Amino acid sequence: MKLGDRRKRRRFLARAFGALAAASLAGCQKLSTSSWFPKVLDSAEPLNEAMAKLVGRRAMAQEFTPADLSPSFRSNGTAMPDTDAYRALLAAGFDQWRLVVDGLVAKPLSYSLDELRALPSRTQITRHDCVEGWSAIGKWRGARLSAILAQAAPKPNARYVVVHCADPMEEDGTGLYYESIDLDDANHEQTILAYDLNDAPLPVANGAPARLRVERQLGYKHAKYVMRLELVESFAALRGGRGGYWEDQGYQWYAGI
Amino acid sequence: MAADETRTEVPGGYLYRRHSLAVRITHWINVAAMTILLMSGLAIFNAHPALYWGKSSYTGRPPVLSIGLAEGPDDSVIGVTTIAGRTIETTGVLGVSNDRKGEPSARAFPWWITIPDDLWLSMSRSWHFFFAWVFVLNGLIYLVHGLASRHFARDIAPTGGDLRGIGASIRDHLLLRHPRGEASKRYNVLQKFAYLAIVFVVLPLVVLTGLGMSPWMNAVWPGWVDLFGGRQSARTIHFVCAWLLVLFAFVHVFQLVVAGAWNHVRSMVTGRYRVDTGSAGGTS
Repeated sequence: MKLGDRRKRRRFLARAFGALAAASLAGCQKLSTSSWFPKVLDSAEPLNEAMAKLVGRRAMAQEFTPADLSPSFRSNGTAMPDTDAYRALLAAGFDQWRLVVDGLVAKPLSYSLDELRALPSRTQITRHDCVEGWSAIGKWRGARLSAILAQAAPKPNARYVVVHCADPMEEDGTGLYYESIDLDDANHEQTILAYDLNDAPLPVANGAPARLRVERQLGYKHAKYVMRLELVESFAALRGGRGGYWEDQGYQWYAGI
Repeated sequence: MAADETRTEVPGGYLYRRHSLAVRITHWINVAAMTILLMSGLAIFNAHPALYWGKSSYTGRPPVLSIGLAEGPDDSVIGVTTIAGRTIETTGVLGVSNDRKGEPSARAFPWWITIPDDLWLSMSRSWHFFFAWVFVLNGLIYLVHGLASRHFARDIAPTGGDLRGIGASIRDHLLLRHPRGEASKRYNVLQKFAYLAIVFVVLPLVVLTGLGMSPWMNAVWPGWVDLFGGRQSARTIHFVCAWLLVLFAFVHVFQLVVAGAWNHVRSMVTGRYRVDTGSAGGTS
């Protein structure tokens, strides 16, 4: 009698566990595709961002030595923007390329590549952390974004820098890549528009003629093929409204983790 | 354990309150959070199924572990796992496995162990980082309670007698012998060491190496992640710790099945654990 009870209880526990596991698996899938649950999950994002600002608003990303450089710097995402406009810029050695700075600024500006190279610069050996999980270390040289912003003079209500790029994410040439960062990050000492990688002009596969380096955030924030910096108060009305191409696909705007 | 000696006599023994409410609640929240963290973590790993040792992934040295595809016989595609240069076929589980409809699909870990079950990195990250907060806050409550209530000092810290009895305890475990009667009210010495290692070594390590993967947290004290050998080493350690926790969970469940699943599960739900006194309290 007693032994029978034990066996029954054990079978009950095993079945209960099995049923719970199966229901949980199906439940997680349902929750992921529901309209409300991802919002609950993403409620942690402001917490992550607040924590990050609290512990290291001005903290400097780790810098490395030449011995740490990756033998070749991996290209990810777009390796060659497939548009006539970009091909024309490339064919002319980016002579016609202009970096446009506009939006909520007192002085809208544009820079040629030579003018960009003449701005106060910074050289840094940093690690690029892709959201997928891999890292590569490269040596970057570029114009300090803080110097560009100082010249353009953001208006008091400007809160974000939107980075508009030349690479289309759709096969028909639409869906140009874009990203956004806040002014803390934009004015950070290590935030640059990089035009050199490993002491040579930035290769096309890595974002020629200039890409954003916003160290302390994941790779997708480091927009390549930069064409225009637009200062805005909010990005809610822009494209998908979440502040970047991958953000519009559900990725986190704050990409510090 | 024996925080409260409220005994209820039952035929052949008595029930007493073994686990405090705080331990019971934090235990089950932890079970849920760690299960979700494991499964969403494996889904994140699937986005780049390779592990490295060093500061970056591209150091000139190959990965220490990678899961991928290879060409099998007759133009078939097989799943392979390479560990320290040795490649073994793992079709069906790692590299290539059937999706929930039964179709072969190329993915490192199979659908039934990932959240969500399809390759959806941003969603896996959302799950992982939400439940990381649940896990950490729950863990802090557990730690503060364990220290303040003297649960750690009283029940988990090994005593001198425990240490002298290690040999006997190892033998008992190998023979699947478990203490009965009054002796069953104390954790045994191997159990204490296992809990200490998990609570004070593996779990803190999994949190630190997790933070070590955050480029922002890396910057708070530049170079701290090099204590683990670099960011990619931290990622590898994070992965290994996750599986150590799985190993612990299996041993933990196995032990409680051997020692009496119903009694132990009940004591972690209601708090009440049955001590048998009818059979003279022997150990054999």
